[in-house]
Amino acid sequence: MSQVIKKATRESFGEALCELAEENKDIIVFDADLAAATKTGIFKKQYPDRFFDCGIAEGNMIGVAAGMAAAGKIPVAASFAMFATGRAFEQIRNSVAYPKLNVKIAGSHAGISTGEDGATHQCIEDIAIMRAIPNMMVLNPADHWEMKAATKAAIEYNGPVYIRLGRLAIDSFNDPENYSFELGKGITLHEGDDITVIATGLVVNEALKAVKELEAEGINARLINIHTIKPIDRDIIIKAAKETGRIVTVEEHNVIGGLGDAVCEVVSAECPVKVTKLGVQDRFGYSGPALELLDKFELTQPHIAKAVRDIVKEA
Amino acid sequence: MDSSEIKQLQILAAKARLGAILGTYHAKSGHPGGSLSAADIFAYLYEKEMNIDPKNPKWADRDRFVLSKGHCCPSLYAVLALKGYFDWDELTKLRQVGAMLQGHPDMKGTPGIDMSTGSLGQGISAACGMALAAKLDNKDYRTYTLLGDGEVEEGQVWEAAMFASHNKLDNLVVIVDQNGLQIDGSVEDVAGIEPLDKKFESFGFYVIKIDGHDFEQIAEALDKAKTVKGQPTAILAKTVKGKGVSFMENQVGWHGTAPNKEQYEQATAELQAEIDRLEGNC
Repeated sequence: MSQVIKKATRESFGEALCELAEENKDIIVFDADLAAATKTGIFKKQYPDRFFDCGIAEGNMIGVAAGMAAAGKIPVAASFAMFATGRAFEQIRNSVAYPKLNVKIAGSHAGISTGEDGATHQCIEDIAIMRAIPNMMVLNPADHWEMKAATKAAIEYNGPVYIRLGRLAIDSFNDPENYSFELGKGITLHEGDDITVIATGLVVNEALKAVKELEAEGINARLINIHTIKPIDRDIIIKAAKETGRIVTVEEHNVIGGLGDAVCEVVSAECPVKVTKLGVQDRFGYSGPALELLDKFELTQPHIAKAVRDIVKEA
Repeated sequence: MDSSEIKQLQILAAKARLGAILGTYHAKSGHPGGSLSAADIFAYLYEKEMNIDPKNPKWADRDRFVLSKGHCCPSLYAVLALKGYFDWDELTKLRQVGAMLQGHPDMKGTPGIDMSTGSLGQGISAACGMALAAKLDNKDYRTYTLLGDGEVEEGQVWEAAMFASHNKLDNLVVIVDQNGLQIDGSVEDVAGIEPLDKKFESFGFYVIKIDGHDFEQIAEALDKAKTVKGQPTAILAKTVKGKGVSFMENQVGWHGTAPNKEQYEQATAELQAEIDRLEGNC
C-alpha cells in the first residue's frame, strides 16, 4: 500500500485537468464564479487563456459549453453540484445530452459533506437527476487516484459526462501502482460471500473500513466500489447478488434515485435479492462540520458496520 | 444588391413560406406564424450572407446559424432543402415517426442544422460558445442566431447577452424576429419587453433596427455588423407574424396551429401566385 494522500476530490480533479490540458489543447474550462471552490482555479492559474468565468449564470454556462463542443472543443463546465445539475438541468438535458455533445459537467460540493453551508448547498439529488437523462454518463470517484483516472477517462470519452466532486478532504485508499480505471466497470475492493456492500464516492473508504472491521468478527462482506453509476456494471452486481444473496448500498445521496436504486433496478430484473439502502433517507441536510454530519446521517464506518452486522445476524 | 437579386431573394423566401405551409399541413401541427415572419431572414442568411457549403454541412470553417426560436424550423427546413442540404420531399414527412425533420431542430439528424434547439433561451448561449470557439482558434467564421421577441423574456437570453459583450464577441450576430406576438397574446400584453433596443445597448450590443421583410435593410444591417469591432451586434427586425398568407398575418392564433385542407389550399394558392408574379417579372 502506497502512502495515503488526504485530499478532496475537487482538488484532484483540478490537478488532473491541468495535467491533461498540457497535451490536449482542446480542453476549455468554464466556471460560474466558484473557481476557487470547485478548484478549476488551479486550471485558471495555469491556463488563463483557456479558462472562462461565466459569472453566476449556470444555465448560460452550460449552453456556451454546448456551443463550444459543437465547434469541436472539449469544454468542462464546473459549479456546485446543486447549481450545475439543479439550476441548469434543462440546459444539460436539451443543449448537451440530446445532441450528445462532448461536454463534461463537474458538480462539486456534492452531498451533505458540503457541511456548514447547509441544506441549500448540500446536493443530494444530482446522481438521480443526471442518471435520468439519456446519453449522460455519471461518474462518482472515491479518492484522489480514482478521481485523476476518472477525469482522464471522461476527457478521452466522446460524449456528455457528469462527474461528482467532494469538498471534504478524504484519505486515499487505492494504490496507484496497482490501480486501473475502466469506465462502466465496478471494482471489488474486498472479497467475501456472506453479504455484498456496494458503495460509491466519498463513503467508499468508510465502507472499506467497515468491512475490515466485520472481517475481524468473522463476517465476510464483499465490497464493490461503483465509480461509474451510469452505465452501471450489471455483471458485477448480478454476480454479487447470486453469490452473496444480500446487498447493502452506501451513498452520500438521497436513497431515491441514486446508487441504491440503480442497483435495485439491476437485481430486480436479473436476480431479486434484498437490498438495504444506506444514504440520506429522503430528507434535507443542515449546517455543521462535514464529519459530524456524515456521522449524524449514519454514513461512517461504525454505522455501516452496524447496519451490515445487523442484517447478517438477522438472516 | 440590384433589383433582380432582390427578386431572387423574394422568390426564395416565398418558396420557404410555401415549404412551411406544406410541412405543417402534412404534420397537422407545428408553428406557421413565426416560420412565415422569419422566412426573409432565413432566405438572406443562406442565399447571401453565410459562408456555407451544402455539400459539406460539417465543414469546420463554415459560418454557423443557431435557430434559438427552434419552433420556427419549418421555413428554415424549406430553405435548407432549396439550398440542397436534403430533398424537398422531406417537408411532407415533417414531425412524423421516423422523419429526418423533427418538430424542433436536431443537429444530429438533419444536415445543415448547426445546433439542436427548441427550448427557448438556450440557442443564444450555444451561439456564444461557437463564436468564442472561433476566437480561440483564430478562425474567421461568424455565428448568427435568431430569437423570437417572446423568447427574450427568458432570463438565459440576458445571461448570454452579458457573456457575449463581456467576451467581445464581435463575430456574433443576434437577430430578434419582432413579430410582436407570442402564444398567449401580444408580447407587450403578456410580458412587455420594450424598450428592447435600449436593453441590448445597455448589455453592450451594437443595435440596429430594421424592417425584417426588407432585403436591402437586412443586407445593410448584416454588412454593418461585420464592421463592428469589440462588441456583438443585435439586429431587431420588425416583422409580421404569418407574413405572406393573408389570413394568417398578425393573427396570434396561427402561432402554433396547422392549416386544414381548405386553408392549406388557399395559403398555397396565395404563395404560388406570388412566386409566379415574381418569376414572371424576372
